[in-house]
Amino acid sequence: MQRQRPWLSILFWVLISFLTLFPIYWLFVISVKPAVDLFSTPDLILKSFYWDNYTEVLGDRTLRGYMLNSLIVSTGNAVLVTTLGFLACYALTRYDLGGKESIFFWMITNRMAPPAVFLLPLFLLMTKYYRIGDFTLLDTKIGLILVYCTLNLPFAIWTLRPTVEGIPKELDEAAYVDGASAWKVITEIVFPLARPGVAVTLILTWVFAWNEYLLAATLTNFNARTLTTGLSEYVTTTGTEWGIMATISVFTLIPALIVFSLVQRHIVTGLTFGAVKG
Amino acid sequence: MQSNKLGWCLLAPTLVVLFFFGVIPFFYVVWLAFHQWNPFAVNPEIVFNGAANFRQLVFDQGFLASLGVTIAFVFFAVTTELVIGYALAQAFMRDFPGKAFFRTIHTLPLIMAPIIVGSIWKLMTTPSIGIIPQFLDNWFGYDLNIGQSALAAFTVTVIMDVWHWTPLVTLTMIAALVSLPPDPFEQAQIDGANKRQIFWHITLPMIRPAILATVFIRLMDALRTVDEVLMLTGGGPGSATRYLGVHIFKEVFPKTNYGYGSAVSVIVLYLTIVVCWLLFVALIAPRNKKG
Repeated sequence: MQRQRPWLSILFWVLISFLTLFPIYWLFVISVKPAVDLFSTPDLILKSFYWDNYTEVLGDRTLRGYMLNSLIVSTGNAVLVTTLGFLACYALTRYDLGGKESIFFWMITNRMAPPAVFLLPLFLLMTKYYRIGDFTLLDTKIGLILVYCTLNLPFAIWTLRPTVEGIPKELDEAAYVDGASAWKVITEIVFPLARPGVAVTLILTWVFAWNEYLLAATLTNFNARTLTTGLSEYVTTTGTEWGIMATISVFTLIPALIVFSLVQRHIVTGLTFGAVKG
Repeated sequence: MQSNKLGWCLLAPTLVVLFFFGVIPFFYVVWLAFHQWNPFAVNPEIVFNGAANFRQLVFDQGFLASLGVTIAFVFFAVTTELVIGYALAQAFMRDFPGKAFFRTIHTLPLIMAPIIVGSIWKLMTTPSIGIIPQFLDNWFGYDLNIGQSALAAFTVTVIMDVWHWTPLVTLTMIAALVSLPPDPFEQAQIDGANKRQIFWHITLPMIRPAILATVFIRLMDALRTVDEVLMLTGGGPGSATRYLGVHIFKEVFPKTNYGYGSAVSVIVLYLTIVVCWLLFVALIAPRNKKG
């Protein structure tokens, strides 16, 4: 149809890729520079590596705690959300529940609301009402795991539903005829077949929880602070420790970059809520 | 089919979680919006005060300024992303070696945490240490100071958003362009239509649904932008980049005036719903009726 000039396209995309990658590269550059070098004329090419920022971040008890919290919260949330979502999808696709389409739609709309709107009510509810004796959900990892469900559960249900729906009902029915229990059918027949879809859901919800900042910043004070909130603590009005800030950013970025290659093709489908197949 | 009771049992945990962390907070914030409550004030009781919070809101300069800059931000960011995203998608329609590789790189920003994007751009644009102000100063003698110039800060937040989210638009546009049938284009070429005519009369009408879906998604996400802006500018200078989410986080939440804060939250939620609804009614619904 059109005259093709591949070298021109390649040149163009090299330029675009440079624009995409340079900020990420620059983050890394700042993280391996001593503080004194930051204010001199910047070198685009790295000549030496200065790893003190990394040893400092890894040696900091508080930051290590934040990392652990992030890890626990995002893993806990991803597992919880995927499990609940999977069971819900099984219920939605296999049972003739009254008004299930409305319920499905309602569950999805939970994702649409801006999180900022829920800061105040969640904070107040978690301090005042969601408590057992002296135990409140505020500033606990379990509290954060539960709060992230409003963000991630609708997503998990949305992405898992086609997967579960695609598994032939005849398989379940055959198993039921053989006298298997519902639990056995779900765990031993449906789940193994849904594994690829479950894996994608698990990974993406994990990343979303790992990346979250706003709710974590509001609903935790000390015990359950995550890495993203730790990052913002290094930005103060009096003086920012740029090197440390860059290093924490790198640490926050690494898991996302690792899973990126695994779920690359599903990211767009995920982010557009299935409106567009990536 | 097994008994429906079991189905409800499987659905129940999800419903319970969403009820406690979605439904109750929603009704609670709406209820609070009609009450006066400041636990640290002289009168710490929760008192019903009708629409007083909302009356106060209409004259709140801080809130109105925030609303204004949010609209400007969403408009400029989403429009730019749409134009660049479409252009890049067109550039992707050609065949060239390494296409998948470039596509992968282009998708990279999408998985990054907004707060990291904010931190990256802060490192790049903070005066005296950022590479962009240094570059602009050395080469053009232009002084970019996001800490002082409202326009500079605003522009950088828009550029940051464009960097972060244009790939999403590109990929949705690629998906739309790939699915187009070739016949109308061949026919138009035979009829001697030029590129511009093909774009306006064939491509654009055909990918309209995809464009609308993309705008819808981007609009919703741009409206809730908080993390990256909080990191980059903290909402400043003044209220130049204090978008609605940032406004709630920085101005409303720290003050213990919970009743008024709830009113602000409710209005933001309401505006989000109205924008989505308007977009749906004006753009998406007529298309469905026709189809």
